[in-house]
Amino acid sequence: MSNPTTAVSVSGERPPTAAPASAPRPVARRNRAREWATRAPLLPALIFLIVVTQLPFVATLVISLFDWNSFRPDRRAFAGLDNYKTVLSDDALRESIVTTVLLTASVVIVSVVLGLLLALLLDRKFRGRGLVRTMLIAPFLLVPVASALLWKHALYNPEYGLFNGVLNWLGGPQPEWLTDTPLIAVEASLIWQWTPFMMLILLAGLQSRPLDMIEAARLDGAGNWQIFRFLTLPHLRRYLELGTLLGSIYIVQNFDAVFTMTRGGLDTANLPYTIYETFYNAHEYGLASAAGVVVVIGTIIIATFALRVVSSLFREEASRA
Amino acid sequence: MTAVSTPVPITSVPEATRRAKRRGAALGVLAWFIGIVFVLPVLWMLLTSFHSEADAATNPPSLAAPLTLDGYKDFFGVGGGASPWPALLNSVGTSLFSTCFVLVLALPAAFALSIRPVRKWTDVMFFFLSTKMLPVVAGLLPVFLFARDINFLDNVWLLVILYTSMNLPIAVWMMQSFLADIPVSIIEAAQMDGARLPTILWRVVAPIAGPGIAATSLICFIFSWNEMLFAQVLTGVVAQTAPAFLTTFVTSQGLFLAKVCAASMVISLPVLAAGFAAQDKLVQGLSLGAVK
Repeated sequence: MSNPTTAVSVSGERPPTAAPASAPRPVARRNRAREWATRAPLLPALIFLIVVTQLPFVATLVISLFDWNSFRPDRRAFAGLDNYKTVLSDDALRESIVTTVLLTASVVIVSVVLGLLLALLLDRKFRGRGLVRTMLIAPFLLVPVASALLWKHALYNPEYGLFNGVLNWLGGPQPEWLTDTPLIAVEASLIWQWTPFMMLILLAGLQSRPLDMIEAARLDGAGNWQIFRFLTLPHLRRYLELGTLLGSIYIVQNFDAVFTMTRGGLDTANLPYTIYETFYNAHEYGLASAAGVVVVIGTIIIATFALRVVSSLFREEASRA
Repeated sequence: MTAVSTPVPITSVPEATRRAKRRGAALGVLAWFIGIVFVLPVLWMLLTSFHSEADAATNPPSLAAPLTLDGYKDFFGVGGGASPWPALLNSVGTSLFSTCFVLVLALPAAFALSIRPVRKWTDVMFFFLSTKMLPVVAGLLPVFLFARDINFLDNVWLLVILYTSMNLPIAVWMMQSFLADIPVSIIEAAQMDGARLPTILWRVVAPIAGPGIAATSLICFIFSWNEMLFAQVLTGVVAQTAPAFLTTFVTSQGLFLAKVCAASMVISLPVLAAGFAAQDKLVQGLSLGAVK
């Protein structure tokens, strides 16, 4: 893999795969036929994906250049980059960019660190390890909307939620979680959901460690910390990176938690929620599209970075081609 | 374990092992504690779903309150209220059909990317992954407008198409890695013996890659089942799926905690059951097959 950035190009271009046709004719024709035979199984999936995911994005790009509110269809007009200016200068929209970054970064970082600690714990042998693992992945398996409702109503509710119920038992204060610390409340629920995912990936990484090397290091007198720092952590690197990449892709797009728990109120509106509002309730199509393009640009920045990493996963495998 | 063969000075063995044992036990207890903390909200939801509305909404919480099925009866509309069955059936249908379509499209593609790789196959793989990085909100509006213009809104097939495109890249990635596990030599040997492609696929490829394909299907099913943004924007009454249904009845009828918990349990049950049953496969799949 020479240049991972080409792969992220949202317009869906991909490097040309055609072979140079300089060989003698009959051979060339046979080669071409064989090339097509190997390529053909790929085409349905490729064409389908380009039509269903890339074309709408191109349309979004076009719409983002128009002043278009569906309540005033007669006033639809080409607006150039005005929508982008609005997105970047409008306080609410700019704030939702900041919120998206905060939400994504905090959830990913905390859940990766917690997931690593949990994976290290679960890598040890102890009684009931399988059961503990099963308990740990339950949050990840709950339907996201259900888990958002659970946190909002059964846990955070100031009147009868579990948190305040326990605090009441202990004689503590009764905070209004979702209004006092709304963003942290949303983040906590997402961290609860994503930590198990990180734990599972990292646990798989730990269990694929070459044990003989660790044994050798131990014989040479290496301590636990040294083994962790110089053997385990480097081995886990790609698993950590993979978890971060996948977590980022999904959490940047999070809609369910914000929509269900706060309806974007109190500075918790992230970009996906804001875009949903802008087009679904405010009917500002041009503006919503521009905001959508901004999300994509942000994601490309993360992804270019992250894809370089994934490409290292490939390096060993690529020899097969 | 190799611990037996480790040459340690004999005198220090009892003391050291005792300390290691105590530490190991402590860490085991810690793991148990964290596991319980993580599962507690789910158990709380389960318990609340079996309480009456009055018992569900008390502070401090009533642990010993009598159990009842009222929450579940309410959810299924036994005592009036909207029936969840259409939404549940829509969810089953969209998830199943989109999973089938994904398999039909992804299997040949994965074959072309692993068993007989096309040139520059890594580039194609990256293209597939890059479509996953295109946030869905960025293409939602044109899809909405187009579907509205051709009268395709509130139609389950629209969701089927979109869920197929949502899961296809993941499926291609996963299956590529599962198929790449098959040693080329086995396939070549079968070819030497005169086996044709269908035979090879059925006799050689399917048995080895079968579990992986099952895992892929499971993950596609779960993602479709969980999806909410498309369902929220593109469906109304007819094509509404279970997650969208779940949010509407909370807002339209005020809050009935036991009923909400019962509903959440019912809707999560298929995913919970499948996920617990196939934990290992799930990790392998979710990490795009890179983790083995």
